[in-house]
Amino acid sequence: MSMPAYYTTKDKIWHYTFRVICFAIFFFLLAPILIMIPLSFNAQPFFTFTREMLTLNPEGFSLRWYEDFLGSASWRRSIQNSFLIGIAATILSTVLGTLAALGLSRSEMPAKGLIMGILISPMIVPLIISAAGMFFFFSSVNLAGTYLGVVLAHAALGTPFVVITVTATLVGFDHSLTRAAANLGASPTRTFFKITMPLILPGVISGALFAFITSFDEIVVVLFVAGPGQRTIPREMWSGIREDISPTILAVATILVLISVALLTVVELLRRRGERLRGMSPG
Amino acid sequence: MAQADASMMGAGQGPARAEKLVTSDGTPLKRALERAERQRKLVALGLVTPLLVFLLTVFVWPIAQMMWLSVKNDQIVSAIPRTLDELRTWDGRDLPGENVFAALHADFMEDLERPRREQTTGPMGIRLNYELSAARSAVSRTSRAVAGFEAPYKEAFTDAHRLWGDPALWRIIKREGRPLTLSYYVAALDREYADDGSIVQRDERRRIYVPLFGRTLYLSVVITTMTFLLGFPIAYYMSILPMRQANLLMICVLLPFWTSLLVRTSAWIVLLQQQGVINSGLVGLGLIDDGNRISMIYNQTGTIIAMTHILLPFMVLPLYSVMRTIPPSYMRAAKSLGATPSTAFRRVYFPQTLPGIGAGGVLVFIISIGYYITPALVGGQSGRMISNEIARHIQQSLNWGLAAALGTLLLAGVLILYWLYNRLVGTDSLKFG
Repeated sequence: MSMPAYYTTKDKIWHYTFRVICFAIFFFLLAPILIMIPLSFNAQPFFTFTREMLTLNPEGFSLRWYEDFLGSASWRRSIQNSFLIGIAATILSTVLGTLAALGLSRSEMPAKGLIMGILISPMIVPLIISAAGMFFFFSSVNLAGTYLGVVLAHAALGTPFVVITVTATLVGFDHSLTRAAANLGASPTRTFFKITMPLILPGVISGALFAFITSFDEIVVVLFVAGPGQRTIPREMWSGIREDISPTILAVATILVLISVALLTVVELLRRRGERLRGMSPG
Repeated sequence: MAQADASMMGAGQGPARAEKLVTSDGTPLKRALERAERQRKLVALGLVTPLLVFLLTVFVWPIAQMMWLSVKNDQIVSAIPRTLDELRTWDGRDLPGENVFAALHADFMEDLERPRREQTTGPMGIRLNYELSAARSAVSRTSRAVAGFEAPYKEAFTDAHRLWGDPALWRIIKREGRPLTLSYYVAALDREYADDGSIVQRDERRRIYVPLFGRTLYLSVVITTMTFLLGFPIAYYMSILPMRQANLLMICVLLPFWTSLLVRTSAWIVLLQQQGVINSGLVGLGLIDDGNRISMIYNQTGTIIAMTHILLPFMVLPLYSVMRTIPPSYMRAAKSLGATPSTAFRRVYFPQTLPGIGAGGVLVFIISIGYYITPALVGGQSGRMISNEIARHIQQSLNWGLAAALGTLLLAGVLILYWLYNRLVGTDSLKFG
């Protein structure tokens, strides 16, 4: 925001005030997340900066909470569970969601609005309602407290993200390409894997990442549907926060922030690539 | 597929012959086209079907089943059918006659013969207890003693538990002796049945859910307003910056958006708690005494601060995408026509951002109205919302009918809001990242 030359003093004051306000808001957004990172190296079991930390005395810092995290069997198990459930749910929702998006983007699709409404519904319905419904249903079919139950539940919650991202990619899709492939004698399956798939892949991957992060971060359904054997990282954090809050939480949080930074970068790169491919301006 | 016979197309014969256009294998063109169309439709449907079936099974059907729990009421009907038969002629005022008690005895005796897992008086006791406390112990005590009962049964039952001599219990049995009930909704709206069967409001001290719905709405409005007040300036700021710088700032919005919900909630616990960063900082600076640390968390303030932070990206993203499309020349035109900056903003710029405000506002409102985790962790007593009460009834008090009724009311509210959202902006505008 460069300042035009004709600005009066009042305009200038407003200009700077506005900037200060905006940076205060950005600070509000980022500070809580960033402040946990140094605190997770605290040598003391406190949630504040100790005198040693403020004076940058090395004795004030330690890796004990990271050791605590990686050394504890229940945390290790929760990491394993989170990835296992997350990956399984992601595969399921990506396959189902991509197929559905391909169908939905066809102009012949009947009752499009209604079907789209149903497919999007896991994103709209409050999580507590989904969790309650699944709790009753999975208990009645003996899926409560099993991996399969949690995977199915998370796959259901993740599909809207895949459907929406892939459908958005298909909006700019040039259907004459598949017709050309068919014209040249390719079977529908071959056309899909050789032509369609490579073109929509960025959308599919970012949909899959959304589905993964949905499962990886999900807690409400886990609280209701999972048993003690399926405790995930968020579930372990939940009891950590409620029962004995220790800086181990902060070490976990720091690692999770790093994971989300990595995922965010991948999604952003994919988005730019996708827009470049479709001839839109990057950014 | 359908290829019209070229010779017939090209021959230019009269309209009478044109109707008989055929494909190369001899089927009429019209039918061949219809078949092709139908096939394509089937392919499209076939692609969507797996996901549709999957979601209908593990998502839609479970929720429908949960909603069914809010009206399902078979516990009394299946436990004491004979008694209900006899009760049909009861006037509802004095204690029912001996015939009813004899039927009740027969029902209890029959239940004793069933295998333990199939016994029906236990569930009936639980069901009655929702309406009248102590009814459960009346039923279970009776069921233990009923084998030794002898006529006249009226005395035997009232001796076993005083509640059997209370017409109020009998009125409940008669009222709830139906396969469907509205009583969970009556309770969820803080109402109850009066002695004459009419529905009246509960007295003030016992109203829980309506005030809780009210508080949930109030908190959602406050949070939506807060996200708007904080989101509007930064969305505007980003929209007037060059793309490169705007994208850099966008990361500040997207990073919280992508960070685990529990991480963000624990961040606020770390910052706001009595021994936390802010309080210790204020004490360290000498601004407050060590004894008067401010309580900013485990109450409504905590819920509002944490949820505003968590939901702010949902407001900024739609606002920003709308603001990007507003040409800056409009504001310049307004100013050059003599409008003061504030008039130009109010009359020219602001109205154009309304679609973004509507989209972001409804989105934040829908999400916050059903929020569970953050209020449960940082809300304390005063920051609890309706979701927390639903969870409590499912996991602790085990009154599933009431939980289902509360959930159905919440779901109905959200669906109405979503419908509004759809009318305002359409689902196509839902994007992430």
